Amino acid sequence: MFKFLKRLRGKDVDASSPVEENQPAAVIEVLPGSDLPSYAPAPSETETESGTEATVAQSGTRTDEKEIAKPDLVSVELPKRSLGTGIRSLFSGAMDIDGLEDILILADFGVETAEEIAAELRGEANRQGVTTDPELRLLLKDLLAKRLSRNDSALNLDDGTLPYVILVVGVNGAGKTTTIGKLARWLKDGEWEVVLGAADTYRAAAVDQLETWAKRADSPIVKPVKEGADPASVAYQTVEMAIRTQADIAIIDTAGRLQNKKDLMDELGKIRRAVEKQAKISEVLLVIDATNGQNAMSQARAFAEVAEVTGIVMTKLDGTAKGGILYSLQKELNLPIKLVGVGEQINDFAFFSPEEFAKGLVAKK
Amino acid sequence: MFGNLSDRLSDTFKNLRGKGRLSASDIDATLRDIRRALLEADVALEVVKSFIAAIRERALGDEVSKALNPAQQVVQIVNDELTKILGRENKRIQFAKSPPTVIMLAGLQGSGKTTLAGKLAKWLKEQNQTPILVAADLQRPNAVTQLQILGEKVGVPVFAPESGNGVGDPITVAKDAIAHAKKAQFSVVIVDTAGRLGIDEEMMQQAIGIRDAVSPDEILFVVDSMLGQDAVNVAKAFKDGVGVTGVVLTKLDGDSRGGAALSVANITGAPILFSSTGEDLDSFEPFYPERMASRILDMGDVVSLIEQAQKTFDEEESKKLADKIANDEFTLQDFLEQMQQLRKMGNMKSLLGMLPGAGKMKQQLEDFDESEIARTEAIIFSMTPLERNGPKVLNGSRRMRIAKGSGTSVTEVNQLVNRFEQAAKVMKTMSKGGMPNIPGTNPVTMGGAVGGGYIGGKKSTTKKKGSKSGNPAKRAAENQGLGFSQPQESKPGSAFGLRN
Repeated sequence: MFKFLKRLRGKDVDASSPVEENQPAAVIEVLPGSDLPSYAPAPSETETESGTEATVAQSGTRTDEKEIAKPDLVSVELPKRSLGTGIRSLFSGAMDIDGLEDILILADFGVETAEEIAAELRGEANRQGVTTDPELRLLLKDLLAKRLSRNDSALNLDDGTLPYVILVVGVNGAGKTTTIGKLARWLKDGEWEVVLGAADTYRAAAVDQLETWAKRADSPIVKPVKEGADPASVAYQTVEMAIRTQADIAIIDTAGRLQNKKDLMDELGKIRRAVEKQAKISEVLLVIDATNGQNAMSQARAFAEVAEVTGIVMTKLDGTAKGGILYSLQKELNLPIKLVGVGEQINDFAFFSPEEFAKGLVAKK
Repeated sequence: MFGNLSDRLSDTFKNLRGKGRLSASDIDATLRDIRRALLEADVALEVVKSFIAAIRERALGDEVSKALNPAQQVVQIVNDELTKILGRENKRIQFAKSPPTVIMLAGLQGSGKTTLAGKLAKWLKEQNQTPILVAADLQRPNAVTQLQILGEKVGVPVFAPESGNGVGDPITVAKDAIAHAKKAQFSVVIVDTAGRLGIDEEMMQQAIGIRDAVSPDEILFVVDSMLGQDAVNVAKAFKDGVGVTGVVLTKLDGDSRGGAALSVANITGAPILFSSTGEDLDSFEPFYPERMASRILDMGDVVSLIEQAQKTFDEEESKKLADKIANDEFTLQDFLEQMQQLRKMGNMKSLLGMLPGAGKMKQQLEDFDESEIARTEAIIFSMTPLERNGPKVLNGSRRMRIAKGSGTSVTEVNQLVNRFEQAAKVMKTMSKGGMPNIPGTNPVTMGGAVGGGYIGGKKSTTKKKGSKSGNPAKRAAENQGLGFSQPQESKPGSAFGLRN
């Protein structure tokens, strides 16, 4: 569904040169280097094997172990993951267009958005002369899906500047650590090398919690030397380790913080700066609990400003919460929803699909 | 953009305040505003509906039309109804006749149960109880470790026979814990359980299993105050599933408008017993419905403030200080001592947040850097006793020396001295029962001067109250004039400051 660029792991890949059919879980194809803008001296129109030599020859760093040679990249397509039955329908009975506003309010869309969508649907229904229940549902689904679709909802793992660094932020109890565990496992399954950074040095046992997930995801973890250590230094070391071990991705967990705590929010800026000393931050994921109401807007606004959020993860969508707030998050704050969490198991997460989400909301019970 | 519920309601009432009599359409317009405010504050729709209906009925009745000040009357009604939903009297935790008292915690994932368990244990210990914590969350990775660390921090033993992470049976753990507590004569058993969704049958069954194994005296439903409309479903599910005897609101130190409190109280019918207001283990207090209602209506939480202050302040010392202020003998040394006392009182922000009319300055409060106090302290520490007692001697070279000594700049030293002089003036006025309204004395930007403002004010609290309007909205407005020279943000026509 989405294409990502990851490191071509030299020997393994060389041995079984066309990898494409060999990997049922992940489709890998070798890319010409010319597609990579960040790759200055990349040879054009050459396949990877010769590309390797060209790159190495030009940079001349083959013998120097310390300096990291620019890795070769492969384009990977990861299997689509479905929300499944995660989304519950808005309607327990027949769809009532007059009651739509209240129903959307109940789904945490917010008063204003609910009014707006209800009015629009009514107008559209009148225009098209739609009256029956299935037609109205379809109309609402299309309206929601259309408005929620955007072209930046894939993870930013495709610009080739390895290692990709993902910073995970959010308020207390939103599900950051769990999200990281799931994400790490999924990437690992796609044969990415992941390093986890436990920069939540504040909450009791947060490091242990991430460590458990790291084991489950079979990934190394960078831990603080002691409780209360500087999270920025943990973040720095995580990136350092990712570079040293030539990992593809570094995922950094941060302590939960309420968005109105200025000093804690400022700490995120510090973490960012520490990371940026060595690598580009590909993704700042803000984790939002779907059971939260309108306060999610305040969270997103504050985190976007301080931490430069690039995408949102909606967790706990497997409950009764409909997560209608994600609509406003996307529309009003222009932040794409990228992932959704739908349970406590390691595989319980999916890419956000507007179509699936909208379908789930209007489904007939 | 968004204010909190208090801001919104006080804006609505400001519009009402100007009018002598209210027409039915006035009331409807106000109710619409209130409805919207409540919804945007995440109060559940069904609760809002019944709330609005109740207010409308009373507002349209004789009560209001005959009242001298109808707007004031509407405020009173809204306040009454809010308090009614939140539970009129403050309930206490039920202790068992024969110990141990068993308290079971239940709630969604991430609502803050484990942290709360630690806080509760600490609080109980301070009440001369001998609590024991039970690690029955064997689900979430390292929840057991987390509880053990918290137990160690607060000095309360933790019963944790299973290491968790999916291993072990929480029901057995809970059962064994009770036997252990009885034998070892603990007075309170706090059972931490895994977070669960209301619709997760299996997990709810497990919760019921734990409940039946420990027969708790209290089942505390731990609720994230940021919860949205789903609060209704969640509350229903827990009420009908494991049962709820009391509610604890967590993360109240955030900027959520706390509508979940109304929803959950209304749906479960159970009293809200505690509120949790921060990450450190002291940020925990009994819940006071009237105060919460007042807070929502922006009438401030003066009672909490005074209580907290009394814990720390020595009556006599305060009196001495007040006299000093009145006699113009207030010095930088006193200023420093006050600041240190104030710090003892706990987090400055939560303290200031309790002041009436402080709703509007919440953001500023949050922006307030506590390290500012440290800097102020450093500056005063770098002064000689002579300078501390008479800042008038501070000439250029002295200021330079102080700046160097404290690692600050001369500008900062100047600022402090200016603020101090202003503050001393304000306090003098206040201690005489006056109403200082000097621009630039905003306690937040004033830094350390807050302490002074408070003490001076405390002595005359009762006096001031008498002089104030009985209209809460007006009073709030007055209070805002009380030194917090905060620019009014609301524009006419957009009572709620809504996004247009």
